[in-house]
Amino acid sequence: MLSEYEISALILSLKISSVAVLFSLPPGIILAWLLARQQFPGKSLLDGLIHLPLVLPPVVIGYLLLVGMGRQGLIGGVLHDWFGWSFSFSWRGAALAAAIVAFPLLVRAIRLSLEAVDTKLEQAARTLGASPLRVFLTITLPLTLPGLLAGSVLAFARCIGEFGATITFVSNIPGETRTLPLAMYSFIETPGAEAEAARLCIIAIALALLSLLLSEWLTRLTRKRIGV
Amino acid sequence: MLNIQIKKQLGTLQLETDLQLPGQGISAIFGRSGAGKTSLVNLLSGLERPDEGLITLGERTLFDSGQGIMLPPEKRRIGYVFQDARLFPHFRVSGNLKYANRNPDPSQFDQIVRLLGLEHLLDRYPASLSGGEKQRVAIARALLSNPDMLLMDEPLASLDEPRKAEFLPYLEQLVQQIQLPVLYVSHNLEEILRLADQLVLIDSGKVVCQGPLAEVWSSPQMQPWQPDQDISTVVETHLARQHPDYPMTCLNLDNGISLWTSYIDAPLDTPVRLRIHARDISLVRTEPEQSSIRNIIPVRVSAIENPTSNDNRVIRLQAGNCELRCNITAWAADELKIKTGDSLFAQIKGMSVTRNDWISNR
Repeated sequence: MLSEYEISALILSLKISSVAVLFSLPPGIILAWLLARQQFPGKSLLDGLIHLPLVLPPVVIGYLLLVGMGRQGLIGGVLHDWFGWSFSFSWRGAALAAAIVAFPLLVRAIRLSLEAVDTKLEQAARTLGASPLRVFLTITLPLTLPGLLAGSVLAFARCIGEFGATITFVSNIPGETRTLPLAMYSFIETPGAEAEAARLCIIAIALALLSLLLSEWLTRLTRKRIGV
Repeated sequence: MLNIQIKKQLGTLQLETDLQLPGQGISAIFGRSGAGKTSLVNLLSGLERPDEGLITLGERTLFDSGQGIMLPPEKRRIGYVFQDARLFPHFRVSGNLKYANRNPDPSQFDQIVRLLGLEHLLDRYPASLSGGEKQRVAIARALLSNPDMLLMDEPLASLDEPRKAEFLPYLEQLVQQIQLPVLYVSHNLEEILRLADQLVLIDSGKVVCQGPLAEVWSSPQMQPWQPDQDISTVVETHLARQHPDYPMTCLNLDNGISLWTSYIDAPLDTPVRLRIHARDISLVRTEPEQSSIRNIIPVRVSAIENPTSNDNRVIRLQAGNCELRCNITAWAADELKIKTGDSLFAQIKGMSVTRNDWISNR
């Protein structure tokens, strides 16, 4: 049904997006918590920085990643020399680019649901002998779950669609960084490959619809589970 | 022994308390809304921080601004039952109960679950419970954290009347059985009469009166809450004997005075708290010989309140070491020429049993 080429692009897209979202979650939760619950100097600046990828042209992010995280880049150089990690022209770089672009969506969703958690429940848990960390893990986080899931699916969908930053940072290498949108772009650029482009287009639509349905279902499930 | 000496600025209200409460029994905190009752318990629980002062519970210092000690709520071992039950919606009732201690002592767990009638609720989620059931779970949850003290902030306030009636017996039974000091915040005098041993009266952030309930009840500071038509006295009695022929029970006051009341099904020596309304007492100069009224006791007039009012007089009466108050018309007072120091007889027509420890203990 699907050609080998399509399957490879699809699997690569899923892999890159999953890794991007999974690695974004811990910092996303921490930053969302800081923004939702804490007052500190520079909060607006941090908020702005987190939201920047939402409004910057993706090509700018790709360029910045190239400069900063490339093998000769400021941070990328250190990571390569010390740990042997390399982002440039690999699927890891694509995941990094996708993660950064989708990060604001994730943080926003988590922050909103954190703000909706009743702090009175957290107080009650404290009087029952729970440390702040235990309160966070057993009360706050589970009650944030619907937002967490919705945010993750939204971020995942954004990662699947990521194009500009990826192609700028890690180029368009088949089997390594050629995700669905990049594959489609290649077909569109190739004369006479309209049919292949259309097939990929349908796959992309199907994938997006699936994620939305999944998100709806998960949200409903968790809402019911936590009784809100 | 709970010792609270703290100051805290709350908006325009300056909360300033110097309070010593016994290490057992129920102490009720009473006062109008906004008097600082809830803030006081929040300060005790560690959810709020006093500006300065000292809080000690038994041997433990919970807060000491001098030494910079501020124990966080989770280290205070103070159970807190909130006005809104605050159950965790994502845990079942059993999960809520086991939140403080995942492996509770099974016999203690069973005992508390039985005491609050939660056996059939353990597998339910809080969303499906009634208000009264939620509060019962909240109390059990607080007790299972093995606290040194229990705070209850108007646990009945969010319940409608039928739920209240359903819940109060559990609470009465509970306060008799647990060996914990309880601080019970309320603005409902009926509840307090049924539950409390000690009464602390708070107004505008200050403690205006504190002591055993019967004493504070008759204090001048309580007057704003007792309109003239509704003045009453609280007396603590013991069940002395049952009438051999009629369903009547004789109660003894500490000073040897006996009062007959309608039948109370309880063993001898059971403590019984009586509330006697001032309007149910009438006064006579000489002891009536043939009267339908069973309770006629010799009293001495210790004070006459509002002596200038034209319609009625509140007479304070001393019966041994026990004080009663009686409400008569000004006309009657003038005709009997009642003055301080007079020896009279008080006829008590009715009284209500507000707390019977034995009934609660069953």
